[in-house]
Amino acid sequence: MSLHDQDDPALRAAQEQRLREVWAPPKGLFLRWTDTNNNQVGNWYVLTAFAFMLFAGVLALIMRTQLAVPDNDLVGPGTFNQLFTLHGSVMMFLFAVPMFEAVSIILLPQLLGARDLPFPRLSAFGYWSFLIGGVFVSGSIFFDAAPDGGWFMYPPLTTRTDLSGLGADIWMLGLSFIEVSSVAAAVELIVGVLQCRPPGMRLNLMPLYAWYILVVAVMILFAFPPLIAGDVLFEMERLLDWPFFDASRGGDPLLWQHLFWIFGHPEVYIVFLPSIALFAMLVPTFARRHLLGYPWIVLAAVGTAFLSFGLWVHHMFATGLPKISLGFFSAASEAVAIPTAVQIFVFIVTLWAGRVVWSTPLLYATGSLAIFVIGGLTGVMVALAPFDWQAHDTYFVVAHLHYVLIGGTLMPLFAGLYYYWPLVTGKKLSDRLGRTAFWLIFVGANLCFFPMHLSGLEGMPRRVFTYPADLGLGGLNMASTIGSFVIAAGIAVIVLDLCRSPWRQMAPRNPWQAGTLEWLAHPQDENWGIRSIPLIESRYPIWDQEDFVRKVDEGRYFLPDAEEGRRETIITSVLDARPVSVIRLGAPSWKPMLTALALGGVFILTTYHLYWLALVSGVATLAMVLWWLWTGTAEIPEKPSKPIGHGMELPLYISGGASPGWWAMFITMMADATAFSGLLFGYFFFWTRHADFPPPDMAAAPGIFWPMIALMLALAGWVATVAAREIHARGGIGAGRLLLLFGLATSLAGVPAGLAGPWLSGMDPATHSYPAIVWTLAIWTCLHAAVAAIMQAYVLARSLAGRMTPHHDADIRNVTVYMHFFALTAACAYATIGLFPEVA
Amino acid sequence: MRKSIAAPSVTLASVTVATLVLAGCNGHQSALAPFGLEARSTLWLTAVLAAGGSVIALGMAAIYFVAARAPEGKLTHQSGMRLVLWLGAVVPTVVLTALLVWALPAMRPLPTGDSDLHIRVEGEQFWWRVAYARSDDKGLNGRTEPLLLSANEVRLPVGRTVVFELTATDVIHSFWIPGLAGKMDMIPGRTNRLVVKAEKPGTYRGVCAEFCGLSHALMAFDVIAMEPAAFDAWLTAARIPPRRTQDRGAALFAREGCGSCHALAGTSAQARIGPDLTRFGERLTLGAGILEPTDGHTAAFIRDPHRFKPGARMPAYTHLTQEEALALARWLKQTKAENAR
Repeated sequence: MSLHDQDDPALRAAQEQRLREVWAPPKGLFLRWTDTNNNQVGNWYVLTAFAFMLFAGVLALIMRTQLAVPDNDLVGPGTFNQLFTLHGSVMMFLFAVPMFEAVSIILLPQLLGARDLPFPRLSAFGYWSFLIGGVFVSGSIFFDAAPDGGWFMYPPLTTRTDLSGLGADIWMLGLSFIEVSSVAAAVELIVGVLQCRPPGMRLNLMPLYAWYILVVAVMILFAFPPLIAGDVLFEMERLLDWPFFDASRGGDPLLWQHLFWIFGHPEVYIVFLPSIALFAMLVPTFARRHLLGYPWIVLAAVGTAFLSFGLWVHHMFATGLPKISLGFFSAASEAVAIPTAVQIFVFIVTLWAGRVVWSTPLLYATGSLAIFVIGGLTGVMVALAPFDWQAHDTYFVVAHLHYVLIGGTLMPLFAGLYYYWPLVTGKKLSDRLGRTAFWLIFVGANLCFFPMHLSGLEGMPRRVFTYPADLGLGGLNMASTIGSFVIAAGIAVIVLDLCRSPWRQMAPRNPWQAGTLEWLAHPQDENWGIRSIPLIESRYPIWDQEDFVRKVDEGRYFLPDAEEGRRETIITSVLDARPVSVIRLGAPSWKPMLTALALGGVFILTTYHLYWLALVSGVATLAMVLWWLWTGTAEIPEKPSKPIGHGMELPLYISGGASPGWWAMFITMMADATAFSGLLFGYFFFWTRHADFPPPDMAAAPGIFWPMIALMLALAGWVATVAAREIHARGGIGAGRLLLLFGLATSLAGVPAGLAGPWLSGMDPATHSYPAIVWTLAIWTCLHAAVAAIMQAYVLARSLAGRMTPHHDADIRNVTVYMHFFALTAACAYATIGLFPEVA
Repeated sequence: MRKSIAAPSVTLASVTVATLVLAGCNGHQSALAPFGLEARSTLWLTAVLAAGGSVIALGMAAIYFVAARAPEGKLTHQSGMRLVLWLGAVVPTVVLTALLVWALPAMRPLPTGDSDLHIRVEGEQFWWRVAYARSDDKGLNGRTEPLLLSANEVRLPVGRTVVFELTATDVIHSFWIPGLAGKMDMIPGRTNRLVVKAEKPGTYRGVCAEFCGLSHALMAFDVIAMEPAAFDAWLTAARIPPRRTQDRGAALFAREGCGSCHALAGTSAQARIGPDLTRFGERLTLGAGILEPTDGHTAAFIRDPHRFKPGARMPAYTHLTQEEALALARWLKQTKAENAR
């Protein structure tokens, strides 16, 4: 494996100097915020999510103080309702999910021996969106305008503008914005895991954390879009009075519950699996051996993910659904306990077989498993419909979900904090303070939440701002309140520990003597991530591969240099990690931040009904995105390929199915198609609810003619784009441009044609759910037609500007992926609104 | 109690909790103190689940303890994988399957017959509209009059099957009498059925379990389980409108337009916007289970309902003097006087 050149220390020093310069973060009070490197962005992300967790925790303390004694009047019902809504929403949307993404942005490149993730500017964009949206949503409580409908926002309470105020819009629009950034991060992480692995790291050698990230990111991809679809319908009802959830006009409140919980249940596993992933990294380290049962735990994770999409109805057991479906969902909900048990036992047998080294991270892991197991067992209880009818919407459920989330998210994160703090800062946290905090949190959590099982069964519904003294629940509630402050004390100790960290001594490199790649990181933090990208032959290379650390450090593996002064990393093939190409990564830039600001403007201005300004902001967003793409993507390199060492020469430009851009587009469109299927679900849901759908007076609307015209235009644009790609690749530049022009024309014509059906048949969307959902499907499809037109125009412009050639054709290949999905969307939408009324 | 907080052990915390529970058990709004068939069988299910869950949790803790203490290499790869297979997959599958087979039949509703009492309850922000009917007189479909209209109170005969028909008009509520049966949501546009059988006479309490707005916590109702004969007698008597005096209270009721929201059987006031007040005098609580029904409370509620119930739709009658409000309160109570006579 030795490489002669790298024997020369002077050469190595020169390489290191070049790498250091290329990866140096921008300096200056303002410029430093333009950085896109995963180390910086990841740290900001983690700190911000942590701050939101503290904020939501303070809200909880106010609630617990109010509930400490019966008939208390510390806060009134108006404030209390805002408190619990914001507590749940912030913990879920601004802490649990972003925290997982943030940790992954820091860890994933290290775990994969990559210099950075494939789309660093996308990470930065996600972070700024998260920050803006998060501050917007949580700041609302200081203006007494926070959402107050509970974190699942059931209509009609939340859609009726006479019963709920601005808070509902802030929730819907602010969190939709954050959902967009979550999906962006998911795309980034999936492509990162699939294509940025080091050479030789086949799927079955991947660190388990990466497996879990892959599983969880795919879950985000399919779980968040139904919620986004629900958000769309929700805001249409609030802002335009389209009656999707209004029973008096053909709507149904249960549609929201379905869409919300199709998101909401996988969400539980989205925030839980990353914690198991942290265990999977630290348990082998402290058992001093490989994890037993690698294939088992991977299959269990995948199985959990699959099952989690089939359980949502157990949140709706009391809505009066047919008993047969309750039985099915009861059984499915119980079934998810099995892969969970497999994962837990994999850890137990690993500790059993190994030599356990006690440490603060392992202490947290042990405590969180204990708490999680209790939460899991009460989960088995509430999964049984007859028991759930008593426990549902009571403090029993509050207890259950906090056991699950504290044991399955919060404490594992603290385990990860104590484990990975030396990786990020080069310094260990205090074991003494860590243990103190652990016991406070562990005892506090049990004291706070265990009594709630009983107060729930003794008749205390959740979300009550007070309770009468004669229920006899004063003692239990006082115990819960004391427990909550004990938890808070524990968290305060952790914060204190973190604050003292800068004054501590540097820890040695790899202080836990772990075996996985991320521990190559040097205490003297170098921004380049890894000195040279290694060849991987084991799941624990630091333990198993001879002289591994020295070889990496001396640059004896791949890509040890940055000759052209560009940030680069290696792309490898998806299954077996063969090197495919070297990609140039985005350098520090203002664009991600400005784009996030512009997009945030769209959501925030819409909240305040400032539609014209929102439109301006939308146009600005589009312009920013186009500018970003034009200047920063599919760049034609100055030379076709470069050497990465060991005599390997890799191309600097790839397009199509092997390129990260293509995968990102494909994955994004999977999310888009899932959101669309959420809307389509709405159409057929209404159909099953009503004996006459469409209603007799609208049976002929929107007719067959216009939807079919629009469909043909969409298909023509699709065929033209595919043909343009093929002809262009064979050198037919002129013909390709003509076909693109034709496709552009058909996409543009598709917009009025798509709207003509409902428009010309005079469908008033405010009268009934039928016209409302038909309009929604038509508008969704037409917006996609408009985006198709923009993309085709963009590709045409790239070709005319000489930025796209038959050999360098990533742009048109990526746009073709969009067009496949657009054609599918148009086919489903227009067949449904045009043809289905004929057969219904 | 403070001592146990510092003690690093779940068991101690649990003991504390157990003490607190014994101190604070209530018998009128608790799934742990059932008076109905469903709640009783669910309590049995709860006990079995809790016991089984405790055994599993302690067993897991023991296994973990052993695993963490075991010297290196004590467990071979092969036996480790066998443990994962058996304890992680096979045993949970068997236990959960058995659990489902045993527990799910409890979902089957009680058989109903044509002569069963039907009670239709509609959730409103933040009170309950109640109507009694026989299933065979179709009163609930609005084709004929129900037997009796009421509000914020449910009476039911012990030992007979009763069918609740549950819906809502404004937002989603949930109908929950913990001692009687599990809860059932009340959803605008849908009617859900809940079939119950009370087993023990007494006075109990039900609450709204689905968050429904500002005064969600203040939305309860009284449940009175009566011996069948007493129930029949009550229902017969209750259907005869009480005779009311034509005094100052009556004049105030008319002057303030109370009848444009409330109904009083036997008078011209027949509106269904607010709670039916015909049997107001016999109710055990005021304002949907939140206040003792003294004249003083009633008068104060009339003058400023939002003080007791934020977000209630009833307007405030602050222009009434205390004395006028009291007169109105006393007059409304005349149901009771009539009954006693």
